[in-house]
Amino acid sequence: MREITYRQALNEALAEELERDPNVFLMGEEVAEYQGAYKVSHGLLQRFGPRRIIDTPISENGFAGLGVGAAMVGLRPIIEFMTFSFSLVAFDQVVNNAPNMYTMSGGQFNIPITFRGPNGPAHQLGATHSHATENFYASVPGLKVCTPATPRDAKGLLKTAVRDDNPVLVLEAELLYSSKGMVEPPDEELLIPLGKAEVKREGSDVSIICYAQTVPLALQVAAQLEEEDISAEILDLRSIKPLDEKAIFDSVTKTHRVVIVEQDHPFCGVGAEVCYRIQKNIFDALDAPIFRVSQEDVPMPYNERLEKAVLPNADKLIAAVKQVCYT
Amino acid sequence: MQPVEQRDEVEMLSLMLLIRRFEERASQQYQAQKIGGFCHLYIGQEAVVTGAIAAVRDDDYIITAYRDHAHALARGTTTDACMAELFGKETGCSRGLGGSMHFFDRKNHMYGGHAIVAAHVPLAVGMAFAIKYRGEDRVTLCFFGDGAINQGAFHEALNLAALYKLPIVFICENNLFAMGTSVKRSTSLRQIVDRAEGYDIPGEIIDGMNFREVRDKVAEIVDSIRKEPHPAFLEMRTYRYRGHSMSDPASYRTKQELEKYRLDDPITRLRAQLTREGKLTNEQFDLLDKRAKETVLASVKFAEKSPQPPLDTLYDFTYADGAMEPGRPRPGEPAQERREGAPSPGTNSR
Ligand SMILES: Cc1ncc(C[n+]2csc(CCOP(=O)(O)OP(=O)(O)O)c2C)c(N)n1
Repeated sequence: MREITYRQALNEALAEELERDPNVFLMGEEVAEYQGAYKVSHGLLQRFGPRRIIDTPISENGFAGLGVGAAMVGLRPIIEFMTFSFSLVAFDQVVNNAPNMYTMSGGQFNIPITFRGPNGPAHQLGATHSHATENFYASVPGLKVCTPATPRDAKGLLKTAVRDDNPVLVLEAELLYSSKGMVEPPDEELLIPLGKAEVKREGSDVSIICYAQTVPLALQVAAQLEEEDISAEILDLRSIKPLDEKAIFDSVTKTHRVVIVEQDHPFCGVGAEVCYRIQKNIFDALDAPIFRVSQEDVPMPYNERLEKAVLPNADKLIAAVKQVCYT
Repeated sequence: MQPVEQRDEVEMLSLMLLIRRFEERASQQYQAQKIGGFCHLYIGQEAVVTGAIAAVRDDDYIITAYRDHAHALARGTTTDACMAELFGKETGCSRGLGGSMHFFDRKNHMYGGHAIVAAHVPLAVGMAFAIKYRGEDRVTLCFFGDGAINQGAFHEALNLAALYKLPIVFICENNLFAMGTSVKRSTSLRQIVDRAEGYDIPGEIIDGMNFREVRDKVAEIVDSIRKEPHPAFLEMRTYRYRGHSMSDPASYRTKQELEKYRLDDPITRLRAQLTREGKLTNEQFDLLDKRAKETVLASVKFAEKSPQPPLDTLYDFTYADGAMEPGRPRPGEPAQERREGAPSPGTNSR
């Protein structure tokens, strides 16, 4: 194992899959000559050439659709959205074409495509540029959605996504691109299955269910809670869809208390689905109502203080944990 | 501002100076971390918006993309309101909620400030539709970059404008680059203006570094649109001196290229024209520049001492039917979900 950044981990995943399969190509805005808007594709043009690392005009609907069409005839496109806020321009292709094709064609055309890029609010980018899209996309049958929080998960999930025979969205955490973590050396194949959550920290008093940018937040809070003798278990979903019910139920059966911390909005958010499944299946395991911490239900304001008030944070999460623990 | 014909060129030169000094100061304040998010500067392109604004009435509609500080300033939004917006203050033109990329000023008919590339082009067409619908003689000016012309929204909007014969001028600010992508690498056409031909919209190429040429062309077209509504397309050849945004070192272009355009500076050019014609002395120019700098500096002070938007207004601007009072169930949150002892609104735990 060695320590690399989240960005490097994604870069390695791309390079390895491009190396392994000649049908894989990477397309998006500024991915080639500029080396990626967030430098995730750094060096790939030099290594794989312009046939496989392809710059596009600002035409999200066009190149996302191009990817779906290329997948229909046997290629395995990786489509980068500069951010998932811009994927909304391509919503029709991602939501209507990619996931429906297999059903509509009676199983003749599966779409092995990966849509990837940074997702979720960053710093003060305002309402148009701060979308957390996981709940939009996870609600669409036929799409798979994963949300890696560590370099290792980023690498393993992206590689799995590229090999999946269905449309998979890899929602990267923009604020975590420079974060570091231990990852297997490049000569060891690292694949992390979709639909497998991971306990990032064991605990016994409360389960904090999180993903993407809320994982480091939950870990930080768990350390703080420990000082107050509350032992929090941190369960990182890693995939939103498929959802790892078993891991969720195992954790909740152990702790009996749940807080879900998510980076999307409260209404029809990821946490609502998780919450529903827990109460339906293991109602008796619960010793308290489930609490959710999410964004506030408002478009993102630019002002820094208001933005902070909108986002989940340690204070809100701690308050929620104390509520469910009745302390 | 005055009506078109009498709009004084010296006044317009001082507007260009104001824009430039504002952007320089914004850059400095961004580096000092007083400004957050993305920040795109207009330096080098001043003649485009200034020339266009000089050719229209105050009640015409203006809309642009995210490189929008200059458009607001040209429209008459104060430097105070613009700088305060960058600082995220309540006194900003969008109450500190929009930021650099989302400047709005209803009073001055500045309809944004739009950060999704080309998403505002259909909006501009909608505004032109409303003008025709109400039988007015206004015109919509829609500004966008060369990067916008390959979006579906752009194409659909042009066709709609042509089909319905709407009073709109599409103004492409061709500064040769969309982020790090040169027009040559993004667009299959030899020249951008040919996009217009495909929709049977009259188009022209204009030297966007030349204030007078921009103003005269826009005036001529707007005049013809007021008589008989129709769309038009202007490709303004211009250049941005800075990187795409504050975080872009712009290493995709050469120093020589930048220098070439700097020598053709729009402010220097108008100044030289006016000086040659005896309408401006060096002393007068220096005075204008000094005033511009002072005005901008004062706006920084204003922004600094302005209040933040209060925390309890967080929900005030989500729905137009006003504030949701604390404790009242909010649209995202069913009333019955709030239990006794649950955290109060604003903590968002449930
Ligand atoms: C739909 C969408 N895709 C990508 C972006 C990211 N982006 C912001 S500006 C920009 C370049 C636009 O260039 P251009 O239209 O030429 O305008 P300029 O920056 O030169 O003023 C890109 C790719 C975006 N904001 N919206």
